[in-house]
Amino acid sequence: MNEQIKPVAIPGEIIKTGKEYLPGEWTMRIGDNIIATKYGIIDESGKFLRVIPVSGIYTPRRSDLIVGRITDITFNGWVVDVDAPYSAFLPLAEYPKFISSEELAEYLDIGDLILCQVNKNKRKGVDLTIKGRGLGKLDDGMIIKINPNKVPRVIGKEGSMVSLIKNYTNCEITVGQNGIIWIKGKELKDELSTKKAIEFVVEKSSVNGLTEIMKEYLENGGKK
Amino acid sequence: MADNIYTKRLDGRKMDELRKMSAEVGVIPNADGSATFSFGSTVAIAAVYGPKPLHPQHLQNPKKGIIRCNYDLLSFSVTERKRPGPSRRSQEISRIIEWALEPVLGLDEFPGTVIDVHLMIIQADASTRCAAINAAAIALAHAGVPMKDLVSSVSIGKLDKQLVVDVSKEEEDYHEGEGATDIAMTFMSNSDKVLALQLDGKITPEGLKEAVKLGRKATKEVHNLQVKVLKEYLEKTGGGD
Amino acid sequence: MEISNLTKNRIKEYLNKGTRFDGRELTEFRDISIETGISNKAEGSARVKIGKTEVLAGVKMSISEPYADGPEDGTMMVTVELLPLSSPNYELGPPKFKAIELGRITDRGIRHSGFIDFKKLCIEEGKKVWTIFIDIYSINDNGNLVDASAIAAVAALRDAKIPVINEETGRVKFGEWTEERLPLVMEKNPINITFSKIGNSIIIDPISEEEDSAESRVSVGLITYDKKVMISSIQNGEPTEFGIDELGKIFDKAEEMYLKLGKDVNNKIEEAIKRNNKK
Repeated sequence: MNEQIKPVAIPGEIIKTGKEYLPGEWTMRIGDNIIATKYGIIDESGKFLRVIPVSGIYTPRRSDLIVGRITDITFNGWVVDVDAPYSAFLPLAEYPKFISSEELAEYLDIGDLILCQVNKNKRKGVDLTIKGRGLGKLDDGMIIKINPNKVPRVIGKEGSMVSLIKNYTNCEITVGQNGIIWIKGKELKDELSTKKAIEFVVEKSSVNGLTEIMKEYLENGGKK
Repeated sequence: MADNIYTKRLDGRKMDELRKMSAEVGVIPNADGSATFSFGSTVAIAAVYGPKPLHPQHLQNPKKGIIRCNYDLLSFSVTERKRPGPSRRSQEISRIIEWALEPVLGLDEFPGTVIDVHLMIIQADASTRCAAINAAAIALAHAGVPMKDLVSSVSIGKLDKQLVVDVSKEEEDYHEGEGATDIAMTFMSNSDKVLALQLDGKITPEGLKEAVKLGRKATKEVHNLQVKVLKEYLEKTGGGD
Repeated sequence: MEISNLTKNRIKEYLNKGTRFDGRELTEFRDISIETGISNKAEGSARVKIGKTEVLAGVKMSISEPYADGPEDGTMMVTVELLPLSSPNYELGPPKFKAIELGRITDRGIRHSGFIDFKKLCIEEGKKVWTIFIDIYSINDNGNLVDASAIAAVAALRDAKIPVINEETGRVKFGEWTEERLPLVMEKNPINITFSKIGNSIIIDPISEEEDSAESRVSVGLITYDKKVMISSIQNGEPTEFGIDELGKIFDKAEEMYLKLGKDVNNKIEEAIKRNNKK
C-alpha cells in the first residue's frame, strides 16, 4: 500500500519563505520566513500556514467533552485530574441533582471516573460540569489513554472513524478530547479489539487516506 | 613561538570531525517526550514530563511555566563507580542545562506549571553535557512543548595549539604543550545565538573566537541529525503513542 | 493519570472469569528481551525489557577488606534506583522504601542462590577481597520491575570481566580488564518470579495497572540444585492473609514456571553475550 506521509514541521524550521504567506497556529514570522514553533504536520490552505501538533499534553477548551478522575473532595466540590497541565474542579452546583456538602463522597468518590464537559476555562485551571445528557460517573466498560493530539483522527470527519469502528466491534465508544477513551462492549474480547483498532488509527494518523486503510484493517479482522 | 605539536588526532579523526553521532526518539513510553543522543560512545537519554501542576504552590511562577532539569550519571557509566544520587557536579550541570534550554521554550503558555527534563548518562566518554542537551532538545520537541527553535551543543577542544571538534576522553587528558582546553558550547540551532558556554583550560581571546566559530559550524551537523530523527519518527509512528 | 476505581474493578471482574486485562493468560510472561555490554565502562552490564518495562544493570568491582565473619569471602552490594525518568510516579530525592525493598529482594535472590562463588573472590585472606557492586536503574516502569531487576543482575554478572589490578598500588586499574569472567556457578541459574494476588486470583508479571490493583505479592527466588528446582529466597509484600494451600499452589506454580522461564532466560542471556562478543 502506498501510504503518503504529510510534511513534517520541526521547531525553528522555516516552513515557507515569502511575504505573501500568513502565519497561523504554532508558526511565527521572522522577516520573510514563516517558522514552526511546534513539532507537527504542516497544514497549508492557500496562503495560510499552520502546524498541527502531533504530541503534547492536552490543553482544555470550553465545552470539550473529557474523561477525568476524582483526586480529592473539598467542602464545595471535587478536584479532578484530567491529564492537563492544571487540575480541574467540579463544583457541587454542577452535579445534576441537589446533594448536601456532607454526602459528596457517596456520589463521587476518590478514584471514580467521570465523563464531563469543560464549563469555564480559567488561566490556571478549569471548571467542569456533569449536567448534560450522558455525562456523569462511568461505572462499567474500560478506558484507554491515547495521545490527545490524535483525537480528531480517531473521531474522524463528523464521527465517521468512530462509527466505522463501532460497527465492526459492536462497542459503545466515547472519545474524550483529553485522549481518554471509554469503551463498553458485551465481552472483553470486543473491547480489546476496539482498543487495538483505535491504537491502529493512532499509529497511522499521519497517513493520507486513513479511512480506506482502516476499512481494510477491520475487514481483515484486525490484522495489519 | 613553538610549533603546534598536536598534528594528528589520537583516534585518527580530522580536526573538525565529530565522532559518529546517533539519536533515537520515543525511547521511554511513560514519558511525554523522550530521546537518546550519542557522540561516539558517550550516550545520553532524556525524558520529558509535563507541563504539569507544580507543588508546593510557592515554587510556582504565576507568569510562566518553569523548567526543571535533572542531569546525572549512571553509577557504571564511568570507570570508577559513581555513588548513585546527585553530586555537586551534577547539580551544577543540571542548572546550566536549564539555562541553555529555557530561552527557546514557550513557557508563557503554561503559568504555574513545571516541565521536568530528566537526563541520564549511560556511557560517559567526554561531552556528556552536550549529548544530554542534544537529547533534551529532541525530547522537548517530541513532548510537544512550544519552542521557537531547537538547541544544539558540542564541545570544542584546544590540544596544545590545535583546535578540534568534539573532544574525546583521551583528548581531555592530553598534557603535552599547552595541554587540553575544553569548551562546551550550546547554540540556538537556526541562529547564531549562544545559549551556554563553559571553558576549562587556557586560550587567547582570538583563539576562543575561532573556537566559537568552529563550534557553530559543528552544531549544524548535530542539528541535522536532530531534525532527521524527529522527521523519521513522525513518518514512522505518527508522532507518538 | 493514576489508576481509577473502574479499571481496578474491571481487572478483578475479568480475572474472576479467568481472563486478563491485556488478554494474557494468568501465568503468562510478556516478551523478554536481553542485551548485554550496554556500557563500556562497567565490568559487566545489561538491558532487560519485559514488555514495555525496561531496566539497566551494571556491575562494578573494587578491592576492599573482607568482613570479620568471612575473611575469605568476597562481598556484594545491590542497589535499585527508581529514576524519575522512568515514571511520572517517581520523584527525585533519597531512595524511597520501594527502591530499597527492590534492592534487597534482588540482593537476596543472588546472594543465597550460590550463583556467585564468593570464596573465589578472595585475593588475600583476611586482607583483600573483591567487592561486587550491582546497580540497577529503571528506565521505563510498566510493572514487574522486581523480576526484571533480578534477570538484569544475572545478565550483568555473566557479562562481567574481572578488572586488572595495579601491582604497585594494589588497587583496580580503571578501564582495564582481564579475560577472566566472574566465578559463577552457571547451573544454579537463579530466577525470581513474583506472584501478585488480586481478589482471589494469582497472576505473574503484572503491568502497572495490575500492580496497582494487587493486594499483595510473593517474590520467589528459584535455583537449580543437584538437578532439582529449589526455592532459595522468598519475600511477601503488603499486609495480607495467605492460606497455606494457596501458598502451596504458588510454590508448585513457581517450580513449573521456573522449568520453562529459567531455560528461556538462560538462552537469551547466552545469545546476548554471543552477539556482544561478535561486536
